[in-house]
Amino acid sequence: MEHFIDIKDHSKDEIQQILDAAMRVIENPRGYSEAAKGKILATLFFEPSTRTRLSFESAMLSLGGSVLGFSESASSSAAKGESLADTIKTVACYADLIAMRHPKEGAALLAAGVAEVPVINAGDGGHAHPTQTLTDLLTIQREKGRLDNLTVGLCGDLKFGRTVHSLVEALSHHSGIRIVAISPQELRVPEYLKSGVIAKHHMPFLETDQMEDALATVDVLYMTRVQRERFFNEEDYVRLKDRFILDTAKMRLMEEDAIVLHPLPRVNEISVKVDADPRAAYFRQVKNGKYVRMALIMKLLELAG
Amino acid sequence: MNIDGVKNGIVLDHITAGRAMEIYRHLDLDDLDCCVAIIKNVESKKKGKKDILKVDAEIDIDLDMLGFLDPNITVNIIKNEQRIEKKQLALPQLLRNVITCSNPRCITGVEQEIDHIFELSDPEAGVYRCSYCETAYEGRNG
Repeated sequence: MEHFIDIKDHSKDEIQQILDAAMRVIENPRGYSEAAKGKILATLFFEPSTRTRLSFESAMLSLGGSVLGFSESASSSAAKGESLADTIKTVACYADLIAMRHPKEGAALLAAGVAEVPVINAGDGGHAHPTQTLTDLLTIQREKGRLDNLTVGLCGDLKFGRTVHSLVEALSHHSGIRIVAISPQELRVPEYLKSGVIAKHHMPFLETDQMEDALATVDVLYMTRVQRERFFNEEDYVRLKDRFILDTAKMRLMEEDAIVLHPLPRVNEISVKVDADPRAAYFRQVKNGKYVRMALIMKLLELAG
Repeated sequence: MNIDGVKNGIVLDHITAGRAMEIYRHLDLDDLDCCVAIIKNVESKKKGKKDILKVDAEIDIDLDMLGFLDPNITVNIIKNEQRIEKKQLALPQLLRNVITCSNPRCITGVEQEIDHIFELSDPEAGVYRCSYCETAYEGRNG
């Protein structure tokens, strides 16, 4: 595995290997505290994302490695007009591995084409965020004990929500996955995902705007935020952002062993009161994000994992 | 109507009727100073009507671009007034610097001197997607 740009580039087996390595880290974190000693991770964040950047940095530091980088493009040479390719070629001289977030779609693929070190896509605009998908898969596996035979409810912005698209893509390789898509009409699952992934893999698929009806049927509820930056039009954002909110009353409709995931940050789509419910797995999901990034770093640096 | 034969050059046959001028422009045939014939609405057994382009010079043609523009075209290479090669075009798997991505959020819109690469994602429908952002190209039949 040379780079990690899109979940679609990797086989079910490759992904499972990373999840298995993450499980080994979870069982014995101290055993990996010097695994990446002497290695440097560059975190290049051309748009702010404190959570993802800190997760990568924490993962590398937990492996005994070092980190350098920037957290917004204003503090990078991009602000002076340098091309992305030149920035990447330069940073590749300083680091053993690059984790990059960029507002433009396809930026990570461009970086992978010019970098002489492995590149991890830490989010490229609305296109892909594959380490979030690894995080989601690890969380489902840990919480439910399996990645197959699950009814997965997707709720919120299913049109622009890249984490949702990648998760569906990754789950499509597993058997017995049923998808329940809960969203307003304007933010439904895009056609290319319906025909290109869901129909292609014969995944049972239900589309609804009735959140209450759907909740009782799901093993996993994946909540998403309606993101302001994905809209050209402020009016549309304001009208749609509050439509599907998970509160304690709605939690009562869900099965006892169901779980709630969210890629975070949330705005108000999950009531804070839900956090106390043991089925709310989203902060455990954050922790899994660090473990799975540790596993990925080891894999790309070809360290024993 | 009588059009002279080609001595050394190419004949693009089976062009979809009405598209010869578009092909002419894309291949920059206007820049040539040799004899170029554009024949429109020729009777065709298979298609009813077709266009033909004849170029009386040995020129390099971007077959990927040509296949993308009209995969029905047959390219005939002529040497000493004899056809020495016949190439049946098809939609190319990959297009490099033939078309550009229309997605305003795509990296290809801001990064200088980047190759614009599209892959054939649906051969039946002829859908190409940008390799960077996966946005479908919508101008093919437009």
